[in-house]
Amino acid sequence: MSIFLRNWQSVLALALVVTSFAFLPIVSSGAGGTSWPIVLLLVAGAVGGVALGNTVAVSAVLFIAAHGAVWLLLSALTDHAGRATPSFWLLLAASWLLAWRLVTVLSAIRTRDRRTDILLRLFIPFLFGAWLLILWEAIVGGAGIPFVLLPPPSAVAARFANSLPILAADVNQTIFKAVLFGYGVGCGAGFLAAIVADRFTFMQRGLLPIGNLVSALPIIGIAPIMVMWFGFDWQSKAAVVIIMTFFPMLVNTVTGLAAAGHMERDLMRTYASGYWQTLAKLRLPAAMPFIFNALKINSTLALIGAIVAEFFGTPVVGMGFRISTEVGRMNVDMVWAEIAVAALAGSVFYGVVALAERAVTFWHPSIRGG
Amino acid sequence: MTASQNSVVEARGLGLTFDTGDGQVHALSNVNLTINKGEFVSFIGPSGCGKTTFLRVIADLEQPTAGTITVNGRSPREAREQRAYGYVFQAAGLFPWRTIERNVALPLEIMGYSKEEIGQRIHRTLELVNLTGFEKKYPWQLSGGMQQRASIARALAFDADLLLMDEPFGALDEIVRDHLNEQLLKLWARTEKTIGFVTHSIPEAVYLSTKIVVMSPRPGRVTDVIESDLPRERPLDIRETPEFLAIAARVRDGLRAGHSYED
Repeated sequence: MSIFLRNWQSVLALALVVTSFAFLPIVSSGAGGTSWPIVLLLVAGAVGGVALGNTVAVSAVLFIAAHGAVWLLLSALTDHAGRATPSFWLLLAASWLLAWRLVTVLSAIRTRDRRTDILLRLFIPFLFGAWLLILWEAIVGGAGIPFVLLPPPSAVAARFANSLPILAADVNQTIFKAVLFGYGVGCGAGFLAAIVADRFTFMQRGLLPIGNLVSALPIIGIAPIMVMWFGFDWQSKAAVVIIMTFFPMLVNTVTGLAAAGHMERDLMRTYASGYWQTLAKLRLPAAMPFIFNALKINSTLALIGAIVAEFFGTPVVGMGFRISTEVGRMNVDMVWAEIAVAALAGSVFYGVVALAERAVTFWHPSIRGG
Repeated sequence: MTASQNSVVEARGLGLTFDTGDGQVHALSNVNLTINKGEFVSFIGPSGCGKTTFLRVIADLEQPTAGTITVNGRSPREAREQRAYGYVFQAAGLFPWRTIERNVALPLEIMGYSKEEIGQRIHRTLELVNLTGFEKKYPWQLSGGMQQRASIARALAFDADLLLMDEPFGALDEIVRDHLNEQLLKLWARTEKTIGFVTHSIPEAVYLSTKIVVMSPRPGRVTDVIESDLPRERPLDIRETPEFLAIAARVRDGLRAGHSYED
């Protein structure tokens, strides 16, 4: 009994396949013949996944069965969008269950080999993400959801591949000009302001409350004003990014500079260490975890700020400009392609900052792990 | 005030009162004490007796509110600015982003020693505390006892004749502590420094010191100063001898006397 409980995804998949016999064929106007390879693949996968003992063999069988079946299901939809029968949905659910079983099997693998471990750690989330896209594709195709509401990922990918020059120009305009410049200046200015606020108490008393106020200003309100001040090109977007990133950096650095312990400060005092020496050798290193916190927060804020700011006037290039105009022209696949680019760029940006953090604050308990 | 030629610390009528929200706290009251060159002076007493506060006054980390104190014949502030002492805190307080050798180099960098000089001193002081071979380790990769030894090396790295230690071994287990006490005595013999040492352990105070200052709380004051006549060369088993036990008994009596008015 326990073997069925452990393999409940396979058992349920088998039951769904059997149920689907009642509703064949899988698309209401197509020929029934194409559905048999799908059924055979799924049955083989479900049975093989339970019967085989070896983890590698089980994974291989499940992988081939789930992906082969779903590939056949998706190709059956070509020219028959929106005509899926209950049988289609049952078989789709069965394929998905087998993929689920595959991820479960892979997640349970404990290996000592570093390379296999890294490969698994990358492959499992990849599989997970791929199935999100597969289900999206199948549901949009099978249920015939209108293109303007939600285009299938295949259409987005095709649009992406065909618009590389446009996307590259948009990335260049928005990320390499507005975001990077604004991020650098905003974070740098916030950092310097924090040092000044730390050195002169009246600055800290006066600047921080105003900082909190300004950081609460709505970006929607600021962006058009910045466009009026600095023109339509990327400079006005960079200004919005500077305003958005300045205060997280200021507040975090001020907090971080207070993070060094009393004993360590007393120690520096016994050495008759000056303000700047204590800052460089004790307080700034101790503040680094806080500073990197701000850098990470700002990496996301900067991207949002630049894209939203482009909604309020821009030359005919830029990610925000593209999103707002292509939505107006019902080219939602282009909008989704632009969103994918933004997500990718944001992840890379965040990842680079996080890697730098690991290198700089390697000593912090949260990173050295103990 | 007649400070003799070889007195390092000279306190006369020293008092320190903290103003807290609950009123005044008399941390130190009318403390008179002389620490001579080359002495090993222990401060012992229950918590709140002001032994740490007194050490911090010597180090110019607290300001007295009454009386006078001189360190090397100057004010504590001048002495601190001339880097007259090394201070070892209750915890090692090593910077986790620096390796052991960079931690030892910290005071030397601040005081502007040359690169070669820093290298030599790191080598010498780490050898002195038996940490050779751990130069490239980070503090969090070492045991508590080794970390505390590294912090002692850091205090020894520059040329201060006075070493102030505030319960440096308080957080360590007894075996490690015995070992470090033994090493500290050897180190004291080799370097001929003057040491001020705060502790709440009677055996530790008697084993280490040439002079034991017994203190009592509320207000913090000196109740007894015991000159130890034990030889300078002290193996660990000296703690079983009648001479040792006699001094320990006197310290215990002094501590009890300080407490008696509370009963």
